[in-house]
Amino acid sequence: MNALLLKNAHLIDPSQGHDGITDILIENGYVAELGPTLHQHPSSANARLIDVASQWVLPGLIDLHVHFREPGHTRKETIATGSRAAVAGGFTSVCAMANTSPVNDSVKITKLMMEKAESADLARYFPIGGVSMGLKGEELADLGLLKQTGCVAFSDDGFPIMNAGLMKRALSYSEHLGVPIVAHEEDLNLSNRGYVHEGEVSAALGCLGIPSSAEEIMVARDIILAEETGGHLHVAHVSTSGSLELIRRAKSRGIHVTCEVTPHHFALSDKELLKFDTNYKMSPPLRTQKDIESIMEALVDGTIDAIATDHAPHGLQDKNIPLPLAAFGVIGLETALPLSIHLLVHSKVITRMRLIELMTSGPARVFNLDRMNLGTLKKGSPADFVIVDSDKKIKVSMDFIKSKSANTPFIGWELPGHIKSTWVRGSKVWGVSEA
Amino acid sequence: MPPPPFPHHHLLGIESLTSEDIYRILDLAKSLGAPSEPKFSHVLKDRLIINLFLEGSTRTRTSFEIAERRLGAHIVNFDVESSSSKKGETLLDTALNLEATGADMMVIRHSAPGVPHFLSRHLGCHLINAGDGSHEHPTQALLDAYTLREHFGKIEGLRIAIVGDIRNSRVARSNAWLLTKLGAHVSLVAPPTLLPKELQTIWPEAQLTSDLDRILPHQDAFIMLRIQTERGTNTLIPTRKEYVEFYQMNSERFARALKTAVIMHPGPVNHGVELTSELFNDPRSLILKQVAFGVPIRMAVIQLLFASRTN
Repeated sequence: MNALLLKNAHLIDPSQGHDGITDILIENGYVAELGPTLHQHPSSANARLIDVASQWVLPGLIDLHVHFREPGHTRKETIATGSRAAVAGGFTSVCAMANTSPVNDSVKITKLMMEKAESADLARYFPIGGVSMGLKGEELADLGLLKQTGCVAFSDDGFPIMNAGLMKRALSYSEHLGVPIVAHEEDLNLSNRGYVHEGEVSAALGCLGIPSSAEEIMVARDIILAEETGGHLHVAHVSTSGSLELIRRAKSRGIHVTCEVTPHHFALSDKELLKFDTNYKMSPPLRTQKDIESIMEALVDGTIDAIATDHAPHGLQDKNIPLPLAAFGVIGLETALPLSIHLLVHSKVITRMRLIELMTSGPARVFNLDRMNLGTLKKGSPADFVIVDSDKKIKVSMDFIKSKSANTPFIGWELPGHIKSTWVRGSKVWGVSEA
Repeated sequence: MPPPPFPHHHLLGIESLTSEDIYRILDLAKSLGAPSEPKFSHVLKDRLIINLFLEGSTRTRTSFEIAERRLGAHIVNFDVESSSSKKGETLLDTALNLEATGADMMVIRHSAPGVPHFLSRHLGCHLINAGDGSHEHPTQALLDAYTLREHFGKIEGLRIAIVGDIRNSRVARSNAWLLTKLGAHVSLVAPPTLLPKELQTIWPEAQLTSDLDRILPHQDAFIMLRIQTERGTNTLIPTRKEYVEFYQMNSERFARALKTAVIMHPGPVNHGVELTSELFNDPRSLILKQVAFGVPIRMAVIQLLFASRTN
């Protein structure tokens, strides 16, 4: 038997309301036992012992939103390099968007992705299928077949679904299949070639703006369709105060709506664009300080279900060009937990328990990964976990970045939260030290 | 005692200048003599200046070239047609290659906002922004200020209306920065869809209005702007006929302005849209003077940047 005992772990596991010191016994890749003095117990006598010395042990983080660019754009990222960035950031499960080339609207591509992930053998990889054929927003993709093959959600992310009729049909299928539709909410007539938030900054810089209404109108539309169909709407990367208010009201009325926010949307505002640095160009765009405050409130009151990275790698040739022409997007796997500890926990916006919920059991529920016992370290669940020295500072440098691309504005930031090691199915997939 | 070095290595925009910087440019331009009797010098005889114009221009590029020649600089002109960008070379590569040939200064025009700022992070030579998309056009604002000062003797306290496609106008932005810094009363006048409300936060002292006729009788100068169809403005407003009705400066409308008021325009003028030909040729039109003053202004800017502390 392959056994491992984590001694003196500070286990933070929202799925079982645990925030304290315990020992954790892992056998054959599963959590066998939890308890304060397991190391004295005969059952753990043959286990390899790791003294965690009161550092955090968390269920492996789950990211509902990554772009791994494979197949098609492997110069930016591959499933292997993206998975390496994931485990370096403490993520043991990632859900990958369909806007690859070719797009993931077929069983064949879904299978190809899953095979690549299997041979990378790092984080668990869950494909997200396209809602529409070719992500063109016209005809439904084979949602049932895609689910059968392994897709955990459907999204045309990168492209909004402008056709309300198609969105309604997708949500009807969502109700039938029990799988969420993940919506990139943007009315293209309102965003109209814009590339920064429409406001004071866009007005000063003469840059085309994307108004908040471009997102909010689509959130409102899709909430109405979710209510009408009974489908599950998951709103990706919510960026505005108004969207959060709409989602809050919909939830209180019992409509099946969930949502995620990205760390960059609560870390940065559109003021960062004043130097025309393309690493601050993302979709949706960085919004205002007021929107950041609304995100903080929604993290506290439960309106937000998950923190997701929208990890979107781009090379220098996509980013080292004039702002209007540059690609949208920022990588985020390596910095998500440190940024969140810094901006949410150390700044006393939310408790560490709530933060870990937003990165483990919260996202697990949204994509039904809790049914596979992911996002938890309850007895009997897979031993996906991460050991974090939450006080130790890390410096975000090119070296720190494990993604194939380095398009992040956080280079040079010093943040708390050193990810010491990451484990999947009881095996270490990241980390050099013993723990 | 020699003058202190100019505190800027580049001229990227008016936003980053102080009123002292602005007056220094205006005063030096003035000392360079009337445009009709230019003084030639050889102060820049060993300097190479590259004019990198990646968006169309006639006035500005010619004006820069004349200014550079009058200072005795070596000049290379580089435009869209001769650019390797057609062969897929990136803008940054183009600029780095040009700098490697020994350029001491580049004058850049580009259709994207922020291009000079972006290049300034990668290049060591002096940069002058000759227009970056809808963002800034600092030498235009400086020559407008020169024109206003020549005509009125001062800028502080003047009431100036900038009328037209404010949303897409780099001239409007540079002028609003400059004129508010120098204490003029600025009105930004445009149809509602061409007048971002947020500009009020940036220039709290400016007046934003869509009603030209209301403010018409109280202005010392009108800076008329054209509708920038190349930036998609045509879909933001109704017909040309309606625009003309409410925003065109014509003899009938100008008769209701102050007798002492003047008309300016950065060019190119769309005759019969924002301005009638009749008024273009009116003695109260300063449009050709603006063009003439562009040369000494650009000479002054170039000289001061070469005399910056960082040089």
